[in-house]
Amino acid sequence: MAERFLMKGNEALAEAAIMAGCRHYFGYPITPQTEIAAYMAKRMPKIGGTFLQAESEIAAINMVLGAASAGVRVLTSSSSPGISLKTEGLSYIAGSDLPCVIIDVQRGGPGLGGIQPSQADYWQATRALGHGDYFAIVYAPNSVQEMVNVVFDAFDNADTYRVPVMILSDGMLGQMMEPVSFPEREAKVLDKPWAACGHKNERKHNIINSLYLQPQELEKTVVDRFKRYEIIKEKLASAENYLTEDADIVVVAYGASSRIVKSAVNAARAKGIKAGMIRPITLWPFPVNAIADAAKTAKRFLCVEMSMGQMIDDVRLALNGAAPVDFFGRTGGIIPSPAEVLEQIEKLAE
Amino acid sequence: MSIVFERPHALLDVTTNYCPGCTHGIIHKLVAQVIDELGCEGTTVGVAPVGCSVMAYNFFGCDMVQAPHGRAPAVATGLKRALPENVIFTYQGDGDLAAIGTAETVHAATRGENITIIFVNNAIYGMTGGQMAPTSLPGQVTQTTPYGRDTSTAGYPVRVCEMLSTLSGTAYAERVAVDTIPNIRKAKAAIRKAFDTQIAKKGFSIVEVLSTCPTNWGLTPDEALQWLRDNMMPYYPLGVYKDTTKEEK
Repeated sequence: MAERFLMKGNEALAEAAIMAGCRHYFGYPITPQTEIAAYMAKRMPKIGGTFLQAESEIAAINMVLGAASAGVRVLTSSSSPGISLKTEGLSYIAGSDLPCVIIDVQRGGPGLGGIQPSQADYWQATRALGHGDYFAIVYAPNSVQEMVNVVFDAFDNADTYRVPVMILSDGMLGQMMEPVSFPEREAKVLDKPWAACGHKNERKHNIINSLYLQPQELEKTVVDRFKRYEIIKEKLASAENYLTEDADIVVVAYGASSRIVKSAVNAARAKGIKAGMIRPITLWPFPVNAIADAAKTAKRFLCVEMSMGQMIDDVRLALNGAAPVDFFGRTGGIIPSPAEVLEQIEKLAE
Repeated sequence: MSIVFERPHALLDVTTNYCPGCTHGIIHKLVAQVIDELGCEGTTVGVAPVGCSVMAYNFFGCDMVQAPHGRAPAVATGLKRALPENVIFTYQGDGDLAAIGTAETVHAATRGENITIIFVNNAIYGMTGGQMAPTSLPGQVTQTTPYGRDTSTAGYPVRVCEMLSTLSGTAYAERVAVDTIPNIRKAKAAIRKAFDTQIAKKGFSIVEVLSTCPTNWGLTPDEALQWLRDNMMPYYPLGVYKDTTKEEK
């Protein structure tokens, strides 16, 4: 069995990024993601990599844009208010078809909000990562081990599809310690003939750009990108089904709240209630089929989030009226208890 | 017959979007000539800003990256950290560099980021139609200072070379102009010096080029050059503001 380490989510993620071939990290301090920067500051100089503490999140994401343009694997991390600042750069990165990985260790909002765990940035991650028609692939791991696993997928898929990839974590997953083993997985090395790394007088100059003043030309670049999105939707949408085969009530939850929901589902089962859980692992693309398939047998759905209800929009869209959906959430940095969730399941079972 | 002058190889044979009489063309040519002289077109990556020179990526023959408004020094930082042996330069206007991108500029300089900035100061926002720039002069009439820049409400112009020369990471800072043949020659020597500074890994280098905007100044190209001499040069004196490359020798 592979060696196991007891590590914080943030640190395990940083080490996994290095194993996935990332040698460039640009960031700015913000709680509760700071362990990622601290880890990179310690490790990168030892392995010939770059750790740079930028003057702002805006500068950090633009350093990411520059390094991604050069063709290297590059990472930045932040937390909710900092992600808001990065959205300008992310839009340019998407519009320039550049690959990169961004970590959002969510905290409560809006505004300065708080520093406790939250899931109130689902809309931002899946709908509003900046201006314009575009998406980023969004992974939502729910354990330190899964955090490590998705980091490899994040870098590989960023390079394959030339899109930004976000790992949507939160203060709980980032800060908690769990045993983790690192996969024996080689970092994928993809040719990047488009990179701006100096043409060596061997080819025409490469241009990394998101400006198209002719609307027909701009429309074409966007439509071409959306064709790639269709492939991404087909190949990458991913969810975990837990006790859904015979479930009357299916609870949908991702990330930290899915762990609480799992306990509540087990408690409901102990009481004879046929409850199950669908846990989206990718938030974009959203696992529409997993939800729609469950509606063939389930009578009711319950969406549980650490927010006032954001993913519930996608659950409703996936169900398209096939079953009623209820919501339970706590927000502002409060983590719902299994007992609270169980109470909701029991109400629906009545 | 021998060729005594030709378009530099690093400047592509394409039509630019610059207005007649604008000095961007001269500055582009000087940068391209320096790239040719150094033989570094194949290892150079340029960063285009947002502003009149947003489409500089179409004009230079080296690899090019287009940056968000004001962020060119951060983009150049990412490029340089990934490609430490390559030559990385940005080409930015006054609004881009000294207003929205002030933080990126100051911190690239103070880090001693080993990049070169070509800073085109024409005291106005050209691309958007002539609004007040951070470098617009007191009393200067623009679209957003229709009664002249009133320093009691709109503040004072930023002197970029003077500001950056106070930072330890700045290795070389010079202000030049492209209004006369002798000044154009000096401007080219300064750009060459800035690239040399970077290649020698001495740190951050910037050349500020006083430039004209006949269209938005509402002057003929010739009058614009005279306006630059009469109004800009007294406020923005030409010269070398910092040069640590000598000190180290």
